[in-house]
Amino acid sequence: MPRPPSPSIPEKEFTYGALKQGLRLDGRLPLELRTPTLSFGPDLGWVECAMGKTRVLAQVDGKMVKPTPERPLEGIITINSEISPMASSEYEPGRPSDEEVTMTRMLDKVLRRSDAVDKESLCVQAGQRVWHLRLTIHCLADAGNLLDCACLAGIVALKHYRRPEVEVVGDEVTIHHPSERAPVSLSLHHTPYCFTFAYFPDTSTQAVLDPSLLEQRLSAGVLSIALNAQRELCVVQKAGGVPLAPDEVLRIVDIAVQKAKELNTLVERRLQEDWATRHVEVR
Amino acid sequence: MTYVLPGESVPAQHVNLKLGPGLLQVSDAQKSSSIISTRAGELKHTANNRQWWIESNSRRYAPAPQESVIGVVIARSGDNWRVDIGSAHVASLDGLAFEGATKRNRPNLKVGSLLYARVSLAHKDMEPELECFDAQTRKAEGFGELKGGFLAKCSLQMSRMLLDPSHFLLPLLGSKFPLDVAIGVNGRVWISTKEPKHTIAVTRCIEAVDPDGGGMDELGVKKFLGTLDI
Repeated sequence: MPRPPSPSIPEKEFTYGALKQGLRLDGRLPLELRTPTLSFGPDLGWVECAMGKTRVLAQVDGKMVKPTPERPLEGIITINSEISPMASSEYEPGRPSDEEVTMTRMLDKVLRRSDAVDKESLCVQAGQRVWHLRLTIHCLADAGNLLDCACLAGIVALKHYRRPEVEVVGDEVTIHHPSERAPVSLSLHHTPYCFTFAYFPDTSTQAVLDPSLLEQRLSAGVLSIALNAQRELCVVQKAGGVPLAPDEVLRIVDIAVQKAKELNTLVERRLQEDWATRHVEVR
Repeated sequence: MTYVLPGESVPAQHVNLKLGPGLLQVSDAQKSSSIISTRAGELKHTANNRQWWIESNSRRYAPAPQESVIGVVIARSGDNWRVDIGSAHVASLDGLAFEGATKRNRPNLKVGSLLYARVSLAHKDMEPELECFDAQTRKAEGFGELKGGFLAKCSLQMSRMLLDPSHFLLPLLGSKFPLDVAIGVNGRVWISTKEPKHTIAVTRCIEAVDPDGGGMDELGVKKFLGTLDI
């Protein structure tokens, strides 16, 4: 099957015209985020994140492995992400599309290489045993801005996950079952969030945050910024050929900082709410 | 209400039986035929048991003859246009299948143009074919290129609901501001209004009422329209 056609001429003209007046098709302001809905599964580290109709499921699981000889003191984190035709009929199984490659690389940068998780704390016995965390990301539906949604789901899953407690006596390693001892949360250095801004061919049109599918396809370029609520920039990625002035990038970073703070409060609140439901009585 | 799954046999019997979407007549070696369902959904029939069909919702369109659809021109091949109507296969449209079109005078379509057309041929082994005129009169009857406006997408059930004259949404919106609408049963609705904000309001209302999404009722839509600046 051929790739679906790009948006029709009336769709294109209307969207550009409306955006020029600062109107978006879903009634949002240009710099308004769709409020993410986070739902947690029965297991720790199972998070479903929905932004409008975009839905991503993230799951973390951990197991003990022997570390690589190059890094005997560090735990291992792998991220599995795949965009299957389940997300949208635009994606084909098999050969990864450009979007998928971009997303995989971005997830790797935002979640792994930004050192969000303290890898040394995942070490149990130097050179012998470390934790291997596997983060699996399933894209359930794509209605635009899959990347931000996947990053959010991934980071929240890491925050939500708790690994079993481990006791080391001499050479003996005991893994305590969650029913025996309370599992411990991962030690995270910071929590990066990703924000995507779409730029349009007409330079007088304002950039929009969290583009919908149509906006994304009509955009001339997108700028993805990953940062944490402490104003620490992790990744800046620009795709597409639209020229941007340095001032514009700085302005966007300032906006992203604001959004990261808001998002951080929302995530913390949701995690606390979920944690409150998970009381286990000890007798 | 009876719900059926694909492959279930349906007790449809009438001397002059008419089968609608989702039903199939299969005959075996003994020349006896039975009716089975090909879709999951609610089994419905007319009061006199003559017409039977399955009411279901989906997002992927399967072409059926004589249905009005909205398509996007994606390419030109010789005299024909290739049109995406949201089905598994691209439909083809004869360059002369327009009202008053001749070899010399044919409509000037571009790649990306929107069309309101009728499915003239839908066969399981062949590409669907479209026509832009009424089969009897060969007049345009509203078919043809849709200029300007905007294309909203919805579930297939929503597009059928909008075609129902007794459905509340379009009259309600029409009482607030003038609008032009073309509904394709392939889950596409073309909207044209004077002001972009009105088009956006219509798009958002369709999305809110869609049983696939919000499934809002009349009261909810009235309240929702009150919150919009129109």
